Amino acid sequence: MTGMWWLTTLWALPMIGGAVVILLPSSARELARWVALGVSLAVLALVVVLAVRFDPAGPRYQFVENHRWVPSFGTGYILGLDGVALALVVLTAVLVPLLIIAGWRDGGAQGPSYLALILAVQSMVLISLAALDILLFYVFFEAMLIPMYFLIGGFGADRAAASKAAVKFLLYNLFGGLIMLAAVIGLYVVTADSPAMGAGTFDFRAIADAVSTGQLQLSPAVGNALFGGFMFAFAVKAPLWPLHRWLPDAAVQSTPATAVLMMAVMDKVGTFGMLRYCLLLFPAASMTFRPLIITLAVIGIVYGAIVAIGQTDIMRLISYTSISHFGFIILGIFVMTDQGQSGSALYMVNHGISTAALFLIAGFLVARRGSRDIADYGGVQTVAPVLAGCFLIAGLATLSLPGLAPFISEFLVLVGTFVHYPIFAAFAATALVLSAIYILWMYQRMMTGPVSPESRTLGDLVPRELAVVVPLIALLLVLGIYPKPALDVINPAVSHTSTSSAERALK
Amino acid sequence: MTPPSVEYGLLSPMLIVLGIAVVGVLVEAFAPRAARYPSQMVLAIGGQIGALAAVTTQWLQLNSSGRVAVVGAVAVDRPALFLQGTLLLIGLLATLLIGQRIPSGGLAAFTPQASSVPGSVAEKDADSAGAVQTEVFPLAMFALAGMMLFGVADDLLALFVGLEVLSLPLYLMCALARRRRLMSQEASLKYFLLGAFSSAFFLYGIALLYGYAGTLSLTGIASASGSHAMALVGIALLSVGLLFKVGAAPFHSWVPDVYQGAPTPITAYMAAATKIAAFGALLRVFYVALPALATDWRPVLSAVSVLTMAVGTLIAIAQNEVKRMLAYSSVAHTGFILTGVVALNSAGLSGSLFYLFAYGFSTLGAFAVVSVVRESAGDEENDLRRWAGLGRRYPFIGVVFALFLLAFAGIPLTSGFVSKFAVFKAAAVGGAPELVVIGVIASAVAAYFYVRVIVLMFFTEAPEDAPVVQVGALSRAMIVLTAVVTLLLGAVPQPLLNLVDSAGQFVR
Repeated sequence: MTGMWWLTTLWALPMIGGAVVILLPSSARELARWVALGVSLAVLALVVVLAVRFDPAGPRYQFVENHRWVPSFGTGYILGLDGVALALVVLTAVLVPLLIIAGWRDGGAQGPSYLALILAVQSMVLISLAALDILLFYVFFEAMLIPMYFLIGGFGADRAAASKAAVKFLLYNLFGGLIMLAAVIGLYVVTADSPAMGAGTFDFRAIADAVSTGQLQLSPAVGNALFGGFMFAFAVKAPLWPLHRWLPDAAVQSTPATAVLMMAVMDKVGTFGMLRYCLLLFPAASMTFRPLIITLAVIGIVYGAIVAIGQTDIMRLISYTSISHFGFIILGIFVMTDQGQSGSALYMVNHGISTAALFLIAGFLVARRGSRDIADYGGVQTVAPVLAGCFLIAGLATLSLPGLAPFISEFLVLVGTFVHYPIFAAFAATALVLSAIYILWMYQRMMTGPVSPESRTLGDLVPRELAVVVPLIALLLVLGIYPKPALDVINPAVSHTSTSSAERALK
Repeated sequence: MTPPSVEYGLLSPMLIVLGIAVVGVLVEAFAPRAARYPSQMVLAIGGQIGALAAVTTQWLQLNSSGRVAVVGAVAVDRPALFLQGTLLLIGLLATLLIGQRIPSGGLAAFTPQASSVPGSVAEKDADSAGAVQTEVFPLAMFALAGMMLFGVADDLLALFVGLEVLSLPLYLMCALARRRRLMSQEASLKYFLLGAFSSAFFLYGIALLYGYAGTLSLTGIASASGSHAMALVGIALLSVGLLFKVGAAPFHSWVPDVYQGAPTPITAYMAAATKIAAFGALLRVFYVALPALATDWRPVLSAVSVLTMAVGTLIAIAQNEVKRMLAYSSVAHTGFILTGVVALNSAGLSGSLFYLFAYGFSTLGAFAVVSVVRESAGDEENDLRRWAGLGRRYPFIGVVFALFLLAFAGIPLTSGFVSKFAVFKAAAVGGAPELVVIGVIASAVAAYFYVRVIVLMFFTEAPEDAPVVQVGALSRAMIVLTAVVTLLLGAVPQPLLNLVDSAGQFVR
């Protein structure tokens, strides 16, 4: 299928769109918004076409493009999607237009650069999801930090705090990425020395094949070191406890749309990287590190949930729930069962949607009232019933109520975990209770009870906001009741991953 | 005794530049004042383009193994020609930077009369009389010729001649700043004293190596078998001289002071070109003359590389002066390039060459930006804290400077990433993975102070009477060009990689 430019178009579209937006004169702020929205909708349309043409029963990687890039480094411009990557590409394409609408006026006087940065992040996320070359992946995995950094630091309400949070974000992630760079180089050396490859290469499929057939044998020490380098970067990005410290600050200080872009879209590249790269490239080391990572993931699940209960700031609370959910995703990946990994892959999508809904609605509320403090609200459901209702649905999705999308993925992860690790599954399941506490208690404090004097003037959702919220709620319901299309796409990709890692483990 | 044969054709790039330098001196002496600037500019630019053409012709005619000229004193091989070409390109761009003028006609960065005492009546008279001295052009050409020789010398005496020819004009040029002249002269004196000291070490090292091998030729030393102890001491002393020139720790102490005091165009020129030439020499000495003794010098050079990375990055964190910050960053980069030298393989050579090319362009661009940010009195504003908010008020300058900083930090999609990747890969393949690990950690630390500047430029409120940006056409062109090169080498590095890969072998 080489010669088709589907995936190149996919990432080039937002990139070029971003360039067009930033080149528009500053007087054309309104036009810039519509151009950006149009570009993101065009991406969505293209992704819909891709999703329709994707054949779940077909080859593992589809829409493959393979071109020369930097042969001196053994790296090529190789793109292709498997089911998991496709699911995340769809998530990205769905969320970005909604985020542009949600943050319609967030850019202020610098609107064009704000929108261009969002499109740049989207483009880089898409290319890193589609990359089938490890160095190509790495390049965009790192490069996406730069536009994200400017988004966090440049547009938050409190400039000084925002720039501090942005620096924290960047340094954490850059450090993780540079450690990964050492591992990437190490991988090159390993392939260069291996008789199976002949020359150093970064072609993911070639290396993964050689690993799964046993032609490329890594000594345990080397394998563990390389795995550690990759995993460290992904664990910072995802984030895995105790590397999560940057996330709450960055989420609180940036605009809600930016925070969602970061938590729901960009951080998924981290968990995606674990599933794609850590497990398939270093199956033996993954088995070695499995107990450690599962332990950290479970700690993260419980820790995130408990800390969330104690928060007084809405945004900070939601970002801690995300840390808990990332724990679930990582847990599902590393229990190495089909259910666990399918659940994780689905969880990535569902978490993206539910966090987006919860965070954006909270953002709409904060924008009305100018305060992120839960104590400043009360009785909102009387004055803004639609807003409160949508918030409740998003909240219930976050606590994994059956019938809403995250339930199925969380259930799958827990079932997958229980097979091998009943005790860990039991600990993780406590988060179900804890999440009910943090969500319902937050809802109770903010939305029910007597109307606080300051809340009396709050208006309900306006049409622009509804345009953001309704599709998200609809997706939560649809995927909650009928997740089959998503699972059909994800399952073949995942079963390949877990079989090959299990096979290696048995040898 | 028959006179030695001199292959004028093979030496033509250096001869052209030297010739231009001599003509430049004559112009300075005999041409009327009004004609000096235009003729110097035409000479310098034309001469370097001519030399570049000569380099290109030789590259096309040369077979991949290369050859030696002037009875083995000068190597003409692919790495040599690549270095000379890079030096000429950097020289051309630096000439544009040097050639910027103030409205009254004098050179913007250079004093109208270097011989006058700073702050004296004579200085004021020269200033008000509109005196213009353009001797900096021939000086730059002499330095360039020296650098071109330094990077290609194939015996130790030619190497020493190159070292001196490049150093002496640089010492002088450092003292020529128009503003803050005392600081500039102090920098020059410091550079001269330390430089002379290191030259003495260098010369002593040459003597000992001669004692070891009985020959001055690098290839001769490679196959010699003399006293091992003498060789080791010789290498150590020779390395002191070379490491001084590249600015490696612990011989880096001149770098921040000289970078800070020298006129900014000269700083840019030194930071880019001197490093290229000195690394050219370093690579040739270690790869051609001393591979047999690698077990002795590699651990030491690895240690120097680690120390240099550490010192450069850690001290840079504390800097509030933009030129000093860039100076320490340049020290750190020396450490990174040294990992390519330690690799001791063909990939190490080509990776280092790529690094030098890419770094030369970014650093030239960064200093060009420094030279256009001015306080209200017209002096350069070098205090980083006062750069706050610059990126918001001058998006072009802010974005471009941020790009150079990101390239220095080695962020992907800039030339800095590809360079670091190339040398680290070579070091890992060459059996020095510990250097790679230390290198990436140093990069992570370094990212902190580059990011700090970006925060300052974009996310901090501007101070009262904030500095202004005055970009002339020449510097704007130069900044744009270097930024484009930085980006292009980050996204599509393969053409240049092909070039350096074909230059992966020294003539032996």
